[in-house]
Amino acid sequence: MELVRLLFRNVLRHKLRGILTIVGVGVAVMAFALLQTVVSAWYAGVEASAANRLISRHAVSFVFPLPLAYRDRIAQIPGVNKVTFASWFSGVYIDKNQFFARLAVDSDTFFDVYSEFLVPPEQFEVFKRERNAAIIGSDIAQRYNLKLGDIMPIEGDVFPGQWEFVVRGIYEPRDQTTDPTTMMFHYKYLEERVRQEMPQRAGDIGWYIVRIDDPDNSAAISQEIDKLFANSRAETKTETERAFQQSFLSAASAVITAMNVMSFVIIGIILLVVGNTMIMSARERTHEFAVLKALGFTGGQLFFLIAGESILLSLFGSALGLGVTFPAVAGFETALPKGWFPVFYIKPETVAIGCAAGLLVGVLAAIIPLRRVLTTRIVEGLRHVG
Amino acid sequence: MVAPFIQVQEIYKSYQRDSLEIPVLRNINLEIAEGEFIAFMGPSGSGKTTLLNLIAGIDKPTSGKILIAGTDVTELNESELAVWRSRNVGFIFQFYNLIPVLTALENVELPLILTPLSKKERRAHAEMALAVVGLAERMHHYPRQLSGGQEQRVAIARAIATDPAILVADEPTGDLDKASAEEVLELMDRLNRELNKTILMVTHDPRAAERARSTRNLDKGELNN
Ligand SMILES: Nc1ncnc2c1ncn2[C@@H]1O[C@H](COP(=O)(O)OP(=O)(O)O)[C@@H](O)[C@H]1O
Ligand SMILES: [Mg+2]
Repeated sequence: MELVRLLFRNVLRHKLRGILTIVGVGVAVMAFALLQTVVSAWYAGVEASAANRLISRHAVSFVFPLPLAYRDRIAQIPGVNKVTFASWFSGVYIDKNQFFARLAVDSDTFFDVYSEFLVPPEQFEVFKRERNAAIIGSDIAQRYNLKLGDIMPIEGDVFPGQWEFVVRGIYEPRDQTTDPTTMMFHYKYLEERVRQEMPQRAGDIGWYIVRIDDPDNSAAISQEIDKLFANSRAETKTETERAFQQSFLSAASAVITAMNVMSFVIIGIILLVVGNTMIMSARERTHEFAVLKALGFTGGQLFFLIAGESILLSLFGSALGLGVTFPAVAGFETALPKGWFPVFYIKPETVAIGCAAGLLVGVLAAIIPLRRVLTTRIVEGLRHVG
Repeated sequence: MVAPFIQVQEIYKSYQRDSLEIPVLRNINLEIAEGEFIAFMGPSGSGKTTLLNLIAGIDKPTSGKILIAGTDVTELNESELAVWRSRNVGFIFQFYNLIPVLTALENVELPLILTPLSKKERRAHAEMALAVVGLAERMHHYPRQLSGGQEQRVAIARAIATDPAILVADEPTGDLDKASAEEVLELMDRLNRELNKTILMVTHDPRAAERARSTRNLDKGELNN
């Protein structure tokens, strides 16, 4: 017999209470992980942003276009490595509940700047040669069962009319943070029809993406771009891709912050759950701990028994919680409208924090009962009834 | 002349309750020879348990000395005392105090964890101790599956497993029926005679006291006769 056997027997001495505690911790850890996953889904755009990319948009609002003519002027600024641009096409595919980004892009340069979209070269060659060809993310291909050569009819809203695109490329996301749900097609094709159907909007683009040589110069180059177009018909606002992505979040940031705070409050609640259980069980065993001390067991051994029990309870709970998090996140994602969060996955950090929190809670929850047990004199413990 | 095994000298013990000092033991002087079986009797509250606890090294006197085999246990610090107890004292309590989630065998093995014995040796010692108390067949039973008398015998097995020289028993038959009490007393008698254990027993049952070789009376914290 080793002391560790007593430790394990103690965990389930009160089966119902032990199980309820473990389940309680499990539910809380799951809630924590789910909230963290939602929070990081919001931040996915920010995380995916590259340090060497600047976004130049209309100074008044993102919805106003910029002239295509700016492209060459931006390209001339020292430190600028490559300029590309995109327009927000939007439109309705199938119905209004299908969310994914649909962009008209400068196909000659866009995929150089967005190297995280991995397009097979042979598909890209075919794409380049066909005016209404499109490249879609692998998730979109899977979600709508689209194959190379399939037609995607889209009803325009930003650019009214019926549009038809042929899938000629399917890109794979390079990183876990890369959005696998974007659809991109030739700006030239858009421009062709705009010239005929909405001539007053010809030569407009949505925003510029500027790749720079040295991320350290981002502030200076941003200023220089904006200076170039100051006092013009369309002034620009240039910032890092990261700042640009963050500006999208500002409206939701209070909610995100609340969720973030809440997720850590939940960790606090776990502490109370386990702490409560440990205080109860240590109190019930006051007598028993006094007997162990009388037999000659030391503070270190009692620490092992009490902290060990507490840590086991919370680690079992965390393991259970993280175990159910994966199906829970999957279920949560299906409950959302399709593509609501382009990037939705449980980050390794979330799992790590969940485990670490379990361990920490286990240790902290043991402190109060441990203090009691260690400071109670043997004779008092032996007299204790109840 | 050899010094007595246990020497209690000038022991005073008082408890502090608020600002009041409550004397519990006064001027206790006592000598106990090795192999003695002594019973302490006296009315409830007379200080029997307190005296036993002091000798067993789980409580400290307000003043005075307790020498056991040459060691003044009142001078030892907490951790020295813990080691000393694990080597020298076996405890038998009124309510057995077995650990409910451990089997009889595991309960008896518990104090052996504190010894340098190997796992196999610990188990062998525990089985032997259970055989001595006549419960070898019940070693895999949990306390709740045993009668009160059997539980107390397991507790006695736990007390003798480490082979301590001293056994302290506080009302060991206080919770038992007559027949079980008789068995337990018989067992203690045997441990005293056959294994030469020095036994200190607190009781207020005169029949239990009769089994001891000598009896001392405590009254209001003072030792008579
Ligand atoms: N921890 C304590 N605090 C205050 N008084 C105590 C404490 N322990 C024992 N006493 C008092 O000491 C006296 C003797 O107690 P005890 O030794 O248990 O007596 P006995 O075992 O003879 O019944 C009692 O009056 C009891 O109330
Ligand atoms: Mg008593």
